[in-house]
Amino acid sequence: MTPAPKIITKKASITAKVELEGFSFTRDMIPEVTDENLQAYRYKAWEAYQALPFPTRKDEAWRRTDIRGLNTTLFTLPNAKKQENMQTPLSRCVDFIAKGEERAGQIITGKVQTIRHLDAVFEEQGVVFVDFRTAEQEFPELLRRILGQIVSPDEDKFAALAAALAQDGVLLYVPKNVVIENPLHSLYCAEGEGEAYLNHLLIWLEEGAQATFVHESASPREQKTGQLLHSGIVEIHVGKRAQLNFVELQSWGKNVWSFTRERARVLEDGRLEWIFGAMGTHLTKNFSDVDLVEPGAFGRMSGFYFANGDQHLDHDTQQNHLARNTTSDLLYKGGLLDQSRSVWQGMIYVAPGAIGTDGYQANRNLILSKGARADSIPGLEILADDVRCTHGATVGRIDENELFYLLSRGIPRNEAEQLIVLGFFAGIMERIPFEGVKNRFTEAVREKMEDR
Amino acid sequence: MPELDIQNLHVSIEGNAIIRGLNLSVRRGEVHAIMGPNGTGKSTLAYAIMGHPNYEITQGDILLDGKSVLELAPDERSRAGLFLAFQYPVSIPGVTVANFLRTALNAKRRHADPPQEEISVLEFRKLLKAKMDLIEMEYAFGGRYLNEGFSGGEKKRTEVLQLAALEPSFAILDETDSGLDIDAIRIVSEGVNALKGPKMGVVVITHYQRILNYLQPDFVHVMFDGRIVESGGDKLALQLEEHGYDWVREKYGQTDAA
Repeated sequence: MTPAPKIITKKASITAKVELEGFSFTRDMIPEVTDENLQAYRYKAWEAYQALPFPTRKDEAWRRTDIRGLNTTLFTLPNAKKQENMQTPLSRCVDFIAKGEERAGQIITGKVQTIRHLDAVFEEQGVVFVDFRTAEQEFPELLRRILGQIVSPDEDKFAALAAALAQDGVLLYVPKNVVIENPLHSLYCAEGEGEAYLNHLLIWLEEGAQATFVHESASPREQKTGQLLHSGIVEIHVGKRAQLNFVELQSWGKNVWSFTRERARVLEDGRLEWIFGAMGTHLTKNFSDVDLVEPGAFGRMSGFYFANGDQHLDHDTQQNHLARNTTSDLLYKGGLLDQSRSVWQGMIYVAPGAIGTDGYQANRNLILSKGARADSIPGLEILADDVRCTHGATVGRIDENELFYLLSRGIPRNEAEQLIVLGFFAGIMERIPFEGVKNRFTEAVREKMEDR
Repeated sequence: MPELDIQNLHVSIEGNAIIRGLNLSVRRGEVHAIMGPNGTGKSTLAYAIMGHPNYEITQGDILLDGKSVLELAPDERSRAGLFLAFQYPVSIPGVTVANFLRTALNAKRRHADPPQEEISVLEFRKLLKAKMDLIEMEYAFGGRYLNEGFSGGEKKRTEVLQLAALEPSFAILDETDSGLDIDAIRIVSEGVNALKGPKMGVVVITHYQRILNYLQPDFVHVMFDGRIVESGGDKLALQLEEHGYDWVREKYGQTDAA
């Protein structure tokens, strides 16, 4: 299929302004931290949260995403007491790494029985893999050194909220030259309604370290009524010659409004493989940035999303080439059913002096229903000479000739469309090192297509 | 009773009449060749039989074992036993030859009367290899994306592979020989010859005599201006090879002006 490049930049119609009411969170909800500096980080974030307004569609980054339907006054923090009758998460979430796949560690948090495990051999080597609250209490010195380095709490109101009030999250710290072959796995579960799930994810690989980390956000039992709020910060540091494979999946329920600020910083000859998959939420506004700050840094971002119903998924990506001879490669692919909508807005930025930059970005969308829509907005800002930057954005439909060909072999229409859609995602799926993750995605696509 | 019976067929594309009163009867076990100059509606006939939505049948009927197929969707026609080897096979990115064929076979089995169980992985692998051997195709093709980056010959061979796997009652080969060198024509023809038999009828659409040397049709038809204007045996094909289509144009060209 070779859909003609088509860039849609329809202006959002700004109707009568309705201000969002403030959240009903209060300062006394800030979790207590023994370490003064870490406590101060939260208080400072709280101040930023209070000072910052809600983003509106007048802000360029939010032009295509309207959050005025968010029922802000509704949300409370999940009550620790209520967590007593927590259920174990569904095995399909926990076991999604392929059978026979050994994992080096696992953390399960959120509205489930908490599980925490790290192979002893890595603990001995100084690897830290704990939930965020434990990190605050048990590894304050480490956390003081690395917290807030990559994402600043005052980048927007939602990030500030997460920084101030986060009850959940994970710290993964891998010391110099420690190599973790088997994947680390974390599962973050949220369900119900009227609650705010706030988390802080911090991944720090020192020089020469290697790790694979799979993080999934999920609502094991789908709930479509009411609203759930998720706000998160993801901070990633890839040291000199370090290698990180980060697989991030979200299969939140259809009542979740998710806001995330994510950024990775890659040092000299460091290598980041960032795979990103989105299937859930009612509304997502995600910022994912890669900062290539030293020569030889490499960052590859592979994303896929598949929306149906009235889902609205907005992914904002930034590939920042801030040093010589850095390489970035981004491919996001999406499929859209029913009245769903996606927004992808990407930017490759090449700083003055960042010669030898090789940057690529592409976003490909497959529209599967009349009412669905994809906005795809690539961007380049190049302030250096001797660089190679290319981009592409397409919004297409299923090719009638392809469909007829499959039909003519006896394959029913619905199955034929599924084949074409899964074929469309094949290139991205090949980048995922876990059979289980691929199968989950394939299942999700099938379910959504059969649900029409 | 003819088993594939095309009666007084009229087909239009976007309001333009392309086929105007075509009759053709084919039985299982027979090989029919349809020859004719470009633009006389040969491919239109092929697509119309298979049920392409852009080809509107304005008059006439297509009967398969006495039942009209006009109300059937393309996938239903396929499962009823019709097969079209495309002149220009379509590539499907990201879908492997093996996955595609297994999906097609399973669809056929599921809809069989009575329904059959899905083919097991092992059984399918065996079947695929056997069919690939038939057309001298490397097994590695099973893992390649369908027609993506295939040469002309590879695409046509893949069409015959599908024909072999699906075992239809009637196969229409739409210029399966075009763009092939003589070796590829031989391989493709030998594949078709191995498949034809009392259970399958074949309609070969072609410009050239070459493929007919291998396929040895029982009947040769000349199509002109949307109709079959001459029918005969292989002598007719040789006559066309020798004298071209000018005499056909002279003899039947009047209809255009009429």
